[in-house]
Amino acid sequence: MQFGIFTVGDVTTDPTTGRTPDDTERVRNMLTIAQHADAAGLDVFATGEHHNPPFVPSSPTTMLGYLAGTTKNIILSTATTLITTNDPVRLAEEYAMLQVISDGRMDLMMGRGNTGPVYPWFGQDIRQGIPLAIEHYALLRRLWEEDVVDWSGKFRGPLQGFTSTPRPLDGVPPFVWHGSIRSPEIAEQAAFYGDGFLHNAIFWPLSHAAQMVGFYRQRFEHYGHGQADQAIVGLGGQVFMRARSQDAVREFRPYFDNAPVYGHGPTLEDFTRDTPLTVGSPQEVIDRYGTFRDQVGHYQRQMFLMDHAGLPLKTVLEQIDILATEVVPVLRAEAESARPAHVPANPPSHADRVAAARAAGSVHEQAVAEDTFTGLRAEDSLQS
Amino acid sequence: MSDRSIVVISAGLSQPSSSRLLADRLADATASELAARGITAHVETVELRDVAHEVVNMTLTGFASGTLASVIEKVTAADGVIAVTPIFSASYSGLFKSFVDILDKDALVGRPVLVGATGGTGRHSLALEYALRPLFAYLRADVAGTAVFAATDDWADSGGDDVNPLPARIRRAGRELAEMVADREPSAPVGLYDAVPSFDQLLGGA
Repeated sequence: MQFGIFTVGDVTTDPTTGRTPDDTERVRNMLTIAQHADAAGLDVFATGEHHNPPFVPSSPTTMLGYLAGTTKNIILSTATTLITTNDPVRLAEEYAMLQVISDGRMDLMMGRGNTGPVYPWFGQDIRQGIPLAIEHYALLRRLWEEDVVDWSGKFRGPLQGFTSTPRPLDGVPPFVWHGSIRSPEIAEQAAFYGDGFLHNAIFWPLSHAAQMVGFYRQRFEHYGHGQADQAIVGLGGQVFMRARSQDAVREFRPYFDNAPVYGHGPTLEDFTRDTPLTVGSPQEVIDRYGTFRDQVGHYQRQMFLMDHAGLPLKTVLEQIDILATEVVPVLRAEAESARPAHVPANPPSHADRVAAARAAGSVHEQAVAEDTFTGLRAEDSLQS
Repeated sequence: MSDRSIVVISAGLSQPSSSRLLADRLADATASELAARGITAHVETVELRDVAHEVVNMTLTGFASGTLASVIEKVTAADGVIAVTPIFSASYSGLFKSFVDILDKDALVGRPVLVGATGGTGRHSLALEYALRPLFAYLRADVAGTAVFAATDDWADSGGDDVNPLPARIRRAGRELAEMVADREPSAPVGLYDAVPSFDQLLGGA
């Protein structure tokens, strides 16, 4: 089972000091956090994608490409990549490039985004959110799987004889997750393709995540990708830990009370009761998160939000250390001992997918046969 | 003998409140009119005051916590809804509107709804027509033609209205709601996963 962290990249004033980092500091902190998570032995770092303040991560593959070169083992991912408002052609190119640069040490998660104006800013209509996610992703897959694509659809200009480069590493596209909190159509989409499904339950009761995951599992089996319990599932989570439970609560409360999204709303006590947020000792986190598989079945990836609400960098790095040294080893061992042999322990790695594709005989040894460079400019073809 | 569920929403803030008093009378009138048509009414009453904090929290967090989830489920699954609010500053109370705001915009489409309101004097009575009725029209609910306003004086014998006193208005409104509810099949609960299109349909529609 994999354990990782995800960031939304919010620039938030630290309510205990009144200090606000600028965008540059926040971006650099995110890099430090990812590198620290790698060194601490966590499995995954994922960045969000946003196009409005107070969020800084607008360009995920630039960030992840840098991290590919400055980390060793951690899987680089997204939470989420906007499949609705990005051009799927650019996504195919950018994430294939990241896959090559990182030598396959990456995957990505599709999402629709939750900020209404991003749709019109990028030329789309929010009411078409689901159809955009369906059509764009169908095109993205073809661009990765087929060397030359002829395509026309409703939401972008047609393509004739288009080849997305670089071709995927070893001829095998990156593994894709789909994230959605309340749209069963997206769980259906993940199931249809046999992709992963991640429910970011951090603002929702886990019972809701359990229903959505149950639906995805059942449809995964329906589409013939394996048994329901073999579907690839991830969950979002949120914790704050100190050795003594009361210290954790005292330190985290001002951040909770003033946090974007839920601040000034429910009490910390109500919110920890209703959602996966756990504030306390490492053992309390182990006790709570160790029960999630009872509700959603054995799952392959647990992500944690750690660097939000204005928490200072030093605190975030301490939280990563506590998570990596005191919580993850126990949760991993518990999950592994409870896991039935036929259920995958982890989401498929690049090596797993290459092996599977070779076994199925579907890998192109040489994706683009030869160098077709001719010295002509693109405009020349207009005259021929 | 068939059964129907009636859910009563009372947005009165005091305990007891005149909104609850009116809500109970409207529910009784509806139940007895349904009984006269051979239908058993299962009436459940929700005091919004009891879930006021959860309502505000949901507007901030997006999810229903505590007992609010089951309250929303009951309201959206009811065969008929009776909604009663005090009139504050010329309209429904803020709590009443906040509760309506957290319902799915399609949750009450075609649903029989009876609206009622309370206020200090009859001078506020048209708030039912210019505030509550358009609100439920927006939700595409089926609102009973009679909306019942009860001013403080109405709780005396005839409330100064010898021609059409409050009890008569309540009876008429109850009859109208009962007729609408009786005309419809009992509503089956619709789950989030009941109508998910298959992927072929999704792809075809893209």
